[in-house]
Amino acid sequence: MSEPVLALEGLTVTFGSARGTARVVDGVDWAVHPGQTLAVVGESGSGKSMTVLSATGLAPRGAKVTGTVRLLGEELTAMSDADRRRARGRHIGFVYQDPMTSLNPVMTVGRQVSEACEEHLGMSKQEGRKRAVELLGLVGIPSPEERVDNYPHQFSGGMRQRVVIAMALANEPEVLIADEATTALDVTTQAQILELVAGLQERLGTAVVWITHDLGVVAGIADRVVVMYGGRIIEQGKVDDLFADPAHPYTQALLAARPQPGVRADRLLTIAGTPPLPTELPPGCAFWPRCPVRGDARCEHEEPPLVEVAPGHEVRSFYRADPAVTEERSA
Amino acid sequence: MGRFLVRRLAQSAVVLLGVTLVVFLLLQLVPGDPVRVALGTRFEQDTYDALRERAGLDRPLPVQYLSYVGNALTGDLGVSFRSGDPVTGIVLERLPATLTLAFFAVLFALLVSFPLGILSAVKNGSVLDHVARVFSQFGVSVPDFWMGILAIILFTGVLGWLPPSGYTPLGEDPVDWFKHLVLPSVTVGLVTAAILTRFIRSSVLEAMSEDYVRTAEGKGLSPRRVVTRHVLRNALIPVVTVAAVQLASLLGGVIVIEVLFAWPGLGQLTFDAVRARDYPVLQGAVLLVAALFLLTNLLVDLLYAKLDPRISVR
Repeated sequence: MSEPVLALEGLTVTFGSARGTARVVDGVDWAVHPGQTLAVVGESGSGKSMTVLSATGLAPRGAKVTGTVRLLGEELTAMSDADRRRARGRHIGFVYQDPMTSLNPVMTVGRQVSEACEEHLGMSKQEGRKRAVELLGLVGIPSPEERVDNYPHQFSGGMRQRVVIAMALANEPEVLIADEATTALDVTTQAQILELVAGLQERLGTAVVWITHDLGVVAGIADRVVVMYGGRIIEQGKVDDLFADPAHPYTQALLAARPQPGVRADRLLTIAGTPPLPTELPPGCAFWPRCPVRGDARCEHEEPPLVEVAPGHEVRSFYRADPAVTEERSA
Repeated sequence: MGRFLVRRLAQSAVVLLGVTLVVFLLLQLVPGDPVRVALGTRFEQDTYDALRERAGLDRPLPVQYLSYVGNALTGDLGVSFRSGDPVTGIVLERLPATLTLAFFAVLFALLVSFPLGILSAVKNGSVLDHVARVFSQFGVSVPDFWMGILAIILFTGVLGWLPPSGYTPLGEDPVDWFKHLVLPSVTVGLVTAAILTRFIRSSVLEAMSEDYVRTAEGKGLSPRRVVTRHVLRNALIPVVTVAAVQLASLLGGVIVIEVLFAWPGLGQLTFDAVRARDYPVLQGAVLLVAALFLLTNLLVDLLYAKLDPRISVR
């Protein structure tokens, strides 16, 4: 397999607070290869967004980030702030959750798209504008040569997200990071955006890291899936393996909680309890207090290691999910 | 744009009419007889009646009001009870001094508050931020006349650098004009600077936490560009309003400061007119101040539309 575009090794993010140290991300390893889509899945507060933001130098103030991040083989974590910033702008594109707030309201969309080209590719204003028109056309905005001078409030939510994508693709980045990029959109628009990104990925060979809590999105687009819980990876594998045979009780519960077409349920399945706070992580398995399998004292006191259960399929649990439950559900 | 202006000017006219009515009615409620005040303690009844009649004070109130408004439309604001001179002239004569003071006070305030407020927000928690916060707390809480007195003691009494009070028109002696201008405009400006510094700091801090700033950082723009292009353009829109309100209130004449520094502006004129019960002058001064206020607000609305593309003037 080719060299990964973006690779994380032992990424850990901690915050010092009055109530002790909060370990928001703990020893995360993953890699994404050219043209591949990696989905990072988890509930709110599982550390999935924080992982990516910290890896690329966008951690909030006060965060302590350790571990190694390689972008195109270069160690991002060893760079100066300015070099990391340039590498990020040149090689990584970001698409954020809410297109209503992620665009600057007092700047034309054209300027917002072109400024990254001017900053990193040394384009002039005229070249930047030409590039912006081209990119807006590429992401499917009608009559881009007129729209380039419009302001964000003159676009609908879906169209704004297309602008954000155009912005993210401005420097033809090797990696596109989509942080809940379809969550704020209605279902039809969501499908259009997914299709757009998939099409662009195919044409440009971009690697995509898709951070989401929506398993439907994952099933549709991902090659590999990383499931996070309590700041750690608890399961990862190829999307088909993971959906067909979830090994971690959490992953299984997450899949079981999806509403299924054609299956009438009086109530949707939920996972009892709430995810742990990063300041109050249990000493053992982070999922233990909510786990339906509920193993023994070992689960409570000992952190399970990440072990391979099948080629390329790893899980962090002393106990496997019950395959019967998965089978019954898909039957 | 044209229609917006016409509509706004029409609105302003209605407001001004309201101002004349309120001022007129308020003056009726003020105890004391202006004619008696003008005449002093010893006078003949005939003189009193004649003066009342000349000022039109013997007529019914509605008639007095309507004739005042009617005359005002032609630029005639009546004559001063005290001097007998036309009010329009008296009021306009005071305008340059007040405009000068307001302009330089705001200029000083902007020059201090912009760098201080922005740096204080960008370097949140730094020594500079603490200095800025202490400064603005000080400026907001210490009364301006007190600061003015301290300034006079220091710069006139101790150092002897500047004159304590008075005003020289620019045309007569520019150096002297400037010397007289420094103390009052800095005193007034400090208060405005303190208010603006606070406001700019919080506005910039708020803008820095917006999603579009994270977007800009994601693009790998330099921190300087992120601040100048993305944070400031957004943060300074609301600052324009606050700065304009400050300017407008200064245009009304800073009564205490003008009196303290013997600055012959609208504030001092208002003060003297109240003391002398010179109602026509008082009315004229209030009307002019209201007009200046409305004009400033109109200009701000136009500026707003220029700064914020989401607002259109129609």
